[in-house]
Amino acid sequence: MKKILVLAIVTALVLAGSPAVSQGAQPKAGDRLFDFTLPVPSESADRSYLGLSGWGKTFKIADVKASLVLIEILSMYCPFCQKEAPVVNRLYEAIEKDPAARGRIKIIGIGAGNSAYEVEVFRKRYGVPFPVFPDPDYDIHKKCGEVRTPFFIAVRLLPNGTQEVTYAGLGGFGEVPAFLETLKKQAGR
Amino acid sequence: MRSVPAFLIALCIVALGIPAWAQTHSEAYKDNIYVTGELKPVDSVLKVKVGQQAPDFTLPSIAGQKVTLGQYRGKKNVVLSFVPAAWTPVCSDQWPGYNIVKDLFDKHEAVLLGITVDNIPTLYAWTNQMGSLWFPVLSDFYPHGRVAETYGVLRTDGTTERALFVIDKKGVIRYIDVHDINKRPSLETLVRELEKLK
Repeated sequence: MKKILVLAIVTALVLAGSPAVSQGAQPKAGDRLFDFTLPVPSESADRSYLGLSGWGKTFKIADVKASLVLIEILSMYCPFCQKEAPVVNRLYEAIEKDPAARGRIKIIGIGAGNSAYEVEVFRKRYGVPFPVFPDPDYDIHKKCGEVRTPFFIAVRLLPNGTQEVTYAGLGGFGEVPAFLETLKKQAGR
Repeated sequence: MRSVPAFLIALCIVALGIPAWAQTHSEAYKDNIYVTGELKPVDSVLKVKVGQQAPDFTLPSIAGQKVTLGQYRGKKNVVLSFVPAAWTPVCSDQWPGYNIVKDLFDKHEAVLLGITVDNIPTLYAWTNQMGSLWFPVLSDFYPHGRVAETYGVLRTDGTTERALFVIDKKGVIRYIDVHDINKRPSLETLVRELEKLK
């Protein structure tokens, strides 16, 4: 009986720690970023924007050439994300026009529950200039606590190779100029 | 001793801590989505089949007028999208996706008719959270679920399946997807079916 009980507990603990099924908590400022990989984009413009080089098929946020990466968890099917899309595009444009932000702050989107086709529909419909990645099986969505959408996570890439969440927020991020100033401060010097 | 295997299974499930179903939930609905949990994937028996003439119906829409399937005969292909219930997960993040691809429906000379068994006021309040929808939203509320029952997609709890029917300009059913109620159908699959109508 005791042996079976021990076996049950060990099995449960092993399964709970398995990366394939790990369920994360909703990110908050000060956290280290949860671990995930993304496919290297097929479009050269997207690869160039992210500063990805080499022959790998996947990359991590740490591989992005930036001081700070803003991740938007979105869905093509989410009305709030649709409404917010032009605002996020304006943030991208503001970053690219600001010499202190351009090249240092990058944006990516992750389409929770969206296929590659659905992500492309969203990009085309709203003219999204930054890369958006499909997350068809909700793998990344589960790792960030199954947040509602849109959810924004700003991540500072630290010299020691770790990534610290500097902002985590549900819904719109407010006025573009004010949010850009916040991101610039969080990106550091 | 006999209860140990069950205990082991239960402990593993608790440790895993994941639902078999997953979904997003737009902040547009705030805390107003009623979480159903995982449901029986399909809970009805189809009464129509591909190649058959689609049963005609007339239902009230949230815009005020009545919509008849037959009014599109000879003019437009029709996609019927039954969703189980207003203010529930998955359903709330399905039609807003169709709402941004009107061009794909237009390209294939198709209209979309969204149908639930909810009443008009409920549908009005719910779909208002989705923005301005370009397609008619129809209420199969009274007599309750009569159209859903005719097509064989009325579940035993009075909601409907998450089902898509593609009907061509001759009124013939060309595609049926009675989907797992816990999951959203692929947009790509639907678009491929529309492409076949040429």
